[in-house]
Amino acid sequence: MSASQTGAEVRLIGIGKRYGKVTAVKPLDLTIEGGTLVTLLGPSGCGKTTLLRMIAGLEQPTEGRLLIGDEDMTLLSAGERNVSMVFQSYALFPHMSVLDNVAYGLVSSGLRRRDAQEKAEAALETVGLKGFGARLPSELSGGQQQRVAVARALVLQPRVLLFDEPLSNLDARLRRSMREEIRALQQRLGLTVVYVTHDQSEALAVSDRIVVMRNAEIAQAGTPEELYAQPESVFVATFMGEANHLRGTIERVENGMASVALDALRFALPARGLPPGPVDVVARPEAIRLAAEGAEGMAGRITRATYMGSHAEYVVSTPLGELFVIAPRQRTLLPKGSAVAVMLDVEGVVIVRP
Amino acid sequence: MRRTSSLLPWLLAALGTLVVPWHMQQDGVTLSGVFALGREDAEAASALWQAAAHGRFWFWPVVAALALALPAALPQGRSARQARVLAVAGGLGLLAIVLQGLAIGVQGWSWPWLADTFGELNDRQFGIGLGGTLAMLGFLFLLTDGLARRGLFKGDRFVSGAVGLLAGSIIVFTAWPVLTMLSQMFTPRESLSWSGALLDRVMDRKIWGLACTTANVNCGVFWNTLMLATASATAATALGLSFALIATRTGFKAKKALRLLTVLPIITPPFVIGLGLILIFGRSGVVNQLADSIFGVQLGRWIYGFGGVWLAQVFSFTPTAFLVLIGVVEGISPSMEEASTTLRASRMRTFRAVTLPLMLPGLANAWLVVFVESLADFGNPIVLGGSFGVLSTEIFFAVVGAQQDFGRAAALAGVMLMVALVAFILQRKVVGRRSYVSMTGKGDVGLHVALPDGVRRAAFAVALPWAFLTIVVYLMALAGAFVKVWGRDWTPTLEHFRRAFALEWTVDGALIFAGGAWHSLWTTISLAAIAAPITAALGLLAAWVLARQTFRGRTTLEFALMLTFAVPGTVIGVAYILTYNIPPLEITGTAVILVACFVFRNLPVGVRSGVAAMSQLDKSLDEAAVTLRASTFRTLRTVVLPLLKPAIVTALVYAFVRAMTTVSAVIFLVSAEYEMATVFIINRVINGDYGLAIAYCAVLIVLMMAAIGLIQLLVGRRRLGRRSAAGATPAGAHT
Ligand SMILES: Nc1ncnc2c1ncn2[C@@H]1O[C@H](COP(=O)(O)OP(=O)(O)O)[C@@H](O)[C@H]1O
Ligand SMILES: [Mg+2]
Repeated sequence: MSASQTGAEVRLIGIGKRYGKVTAVKPLDLTIEGGTLVTLLGPSGCGKTTLLRMIAGLEQPTEGRLLIGDEDMTLLSAGERNVSMVFQSYALFPHMSVLDNVAYGLVSSGLRRRDAQEKAEAALETVGLKGFGARLPSELSGGQQQRVAVARALVLQPRVLLFDEPLSNLDARLRRSMREEIRALQQRLGLTVVYVTHDQSEALAVSDRIVVMRNAEIAQAGTPEELYAQPESVFVATFMGEANHLRGTIERVENGMASVALDALRFALPARGLPPGPVDVVARPEAIRLAAEGAEGMAGRITRATYMGSHAEYVVSTPLGELFVIAPRQRTLLPKGSAVAVMLDVEGVVIVRP
Repeated sequence: MRRTSSLLPWLLAALGTLVVPWHMQQDGVTLSGVFALGREDAEAASALWQAAAHGRFWFWPVVAALALALPAALPQGRSARQARVLAVAGGLGLLAIVLQGLAIGVQGWSWPWLADTFGELNDRQFGIGLGGTLAMLGFLFLLTDGLARRGLFKGDRFVSGAVGLLAGSIIVFTAWPVLTMLSQMFTPRESLSWSGALLDRVMDRKIWGLACTTANVNCGVFWNTLMLATASATAATALGLSFALIATRTGFKAKKALRLLTVLPIITPPFVIGLGLILIFGRSGVVNQLADSIFGVQLGRWIYGFGGVWLAQVFSFTPTAFLVLIGVVEGISPSMEEASTTLRASRMRTFRAVTLPLMLPGLANAWLVVFVESLADFGNPIVLGGSFGVLSTEIFFAVVGAQQDFGRAAALAGVMLMVALVAFILQRKVVGRRSYVSMTGKGDVGLHVALPDGVRRAAFAVALPWAFLTIVVYLMALAGAFVKVWGRDWTPTLEHFRRAFALEWTVDGALIFAGGAWHSLWTTISLAAIAAPITAALGLLAAWVLARQTFRGRTTLEFALMLTFAVPGTVIGVAYILTYNIPPLEITGTAVILVACFVFRNLPVGVRSGVAAMSQLDKSLDEAAVTLRASTFRTLRTVVLPLLKPAIVTALVYAFVRAMTTVSAVIFLVSAEYEMATVFIINRVINGDYGLAIAYCAVLIVLMMAAIGLIQLLVGRRRLGRRSAAGATPAGAHT
């Protein structure tokens, strides 16, 4: 396995999939740059798996084309695409040893058994499973099985590596360390990876780019920072993390800055091309500041207070509605029922098209 | 990237068209006869040579299609145009072969309008042989390759080829014969036009007559069949349920022995039961003799008729019902019943309100399975029916009797097919929609609630006497092989075995198989041994295609396959002789027709065991193999097959054993050269030579048990490790 190898670019051009009347993926365009890790993120049933399987060649698109590198792969079968996939269930062959599992793809590609097994040993070492080759998959723990699945896919030096919710069968702690290993491996080997998950924190942690999907189409694509800080819709904002959804008005726009009125509050926020008129405002919970009653801001009353160790969480009733607030580094919890002044920190507030 | 070419199918088509003799050779293809270019005799020449040297112009389109396909079949690039050419050429080749085969037969043009249009053809041709078969396969795979390259079947040529092969063979060996047979109903007769003839045949009083309700005569065979099937299905289902409940829900000691019941129907030749009943209740049977000598009563021939056939069928099919129902009873999740008891229901209420309703679809299924079996049953009615005729025996007599009335046979078979289809569709409805049996593969903890006392007593009261009777019937049946003349001369003897299986040595020490049964036994074993692997391979391939692949026409293929299951054997038998008597496929009297019959009659069994096993095998296993660049064929060989070993055993055993015991279809297809064991036996029975018939049955039973053991040994076990892997444990085969 050479570290200099770089994965290929993947281009989806107008690709879509229908099952009879059900549209699993509406025709969409997407380019995945070579050597990057892109996650497909979205709620269950939005078409992530279908999209991934179309890239793998396990599902035939009803329309559109798929290019890997510069080659049109649309009509090729899965085995001819030089794409590997790690399955949610791992799909390790239960009747073959771990080594045979990893060597399987190499033997399929016509390598001599001896050479294939040597390479497989090396791949097992890469994922930290040296010496486990003789076991059967059923004799490994979940995390180890996951690694075998990764090694089996990696050893073929695929031009694109696909993951379908690879960590969903692991416990929380293992999930965290495995995702870091996958990310490190991808960066070390310069792989192109498409990674499906429904867990936004996993997506934020591993991705170069995130593609948020909703109802069989792309809601927004961008870097993790872009998606978190500049969501284009309330859906993306709320899916990328906790967010308060408020309704306000743009009073005027000047030099790309909009004056936004939220009840009694007034802000200047980047206009993002929106015209004056009603607008949706998204405020992250950590961007809402609570001060003692009488300070500058909107009047509010705490209706729920929860101590979380590293921070405190409040629900505050205000003229704008109930707000969810995260207050960091707070020694004492403000009691329920106390009156507070509420201020917004423009850093964590964006306006989106209603 | 791999460059794939379609050269292989092209070469196959070329071999068949250019080199090998096209038509079936009288004495088979000899090694010297294989190269058939430049033959003097047109019948022994290849298609190309027949067209070039013997003026058989109708082969030119085939040759042209071959030439058209060549450039596209060469390994160079993969343009969309090439794919289209390939598909078109393959399709044209097939079409050309089929059309010339149908249009030109032993008497020149097959249809008068062709002669009117093109003038008399002073030539003729016989059925296709090796060359024609190879060419058809070649063109078929060119077509499927072309379709796959155009992106159908996910671009997978193997899947495309497999689907093509399955569809093609179902068309040739099931759809075409059945349709040909049905069309015989319409052939005009004497003064009647086709519609008159049809009405006359279908509306026959012998089929629909209801005279038995008013007078003491037999009703029409339709009503006889319906009554018999209904009565047999009801009794066998009730008995099967009793056995199933006892085997799974009671502390009954001899459960293991009960399980033996599941093997019985597989290895019992179809008339063992009938013979046993004759030996007990027949004119010179034990019971009659006792009654006569003790009470001086003549019990007469009551066993010949409805009662006897019904009794024999219930004996024969109870194990089948048991086999279906034991799965149903075991499949009911214990937690349902536990839930019911924790909701303060009594055991009786739990049984009535939870267990029984959950089993209802299963019961309906068992009932319908037995119903169809009874409908198609030929062995019991022929042995015990007497003057009580049913559809299957009536069809037989229409064909073999002095009348040789194929129109009537076709009409009867059509009626039978209708009944079978209705039952089959009902079954699909019942089972398809409401199968509650929950085989999740997840260990479902919990214990089944014990049976209520009343139900338990009833089950035992029904099942135990019956089990005892079954044993007696079997024992009697086998004992008959060891006495001189049952009922008259009770001297123990091995004479029957000697007559059937004697071995003699000539003076110079060579072995002679002198017994009368050797010939049919060898034929049966070798044909069954040829058919079994083909059946299993084709069946599992079909199962895999159906369970794992999605493509347009999948449901049609599935339905067509399952439909072959609904066609009763008698119907298939008649359809085969009608269809394969004449070119283009003239295989009556050969081994091919028997093997084809075995394969396509038993295919659904292979498919079902394959689908059942496959549905418990995680689909992502094959997908993983495919993304790991294994060809589809390699995926099948290295991943799917090793995990399917139990299903392979089941399919092989079933295919082999059923080929050895079937009678309903093959009775029409045997010839002097290829005589089957079952037909040999039935002829002995008809002649009243029970001793030899029974001796033969006993030998068959022993042989089949040996075969089952051998196959299990050969296929071996799966290796899965100590913890069974999630989602990858197919159900063990109970064989
Ligand atoms: N084989 C299929 N037949 C019909 N509908 C399907 C099939 N596979 C997926 N779908 C539908 O397509 C949609 C997208 O499914 P999927 O891609 O699996 O979603 P995700 O992976 O995002 O949860 C769902 O509504 C699902 O019901
Ligand atoms: Mg999914």
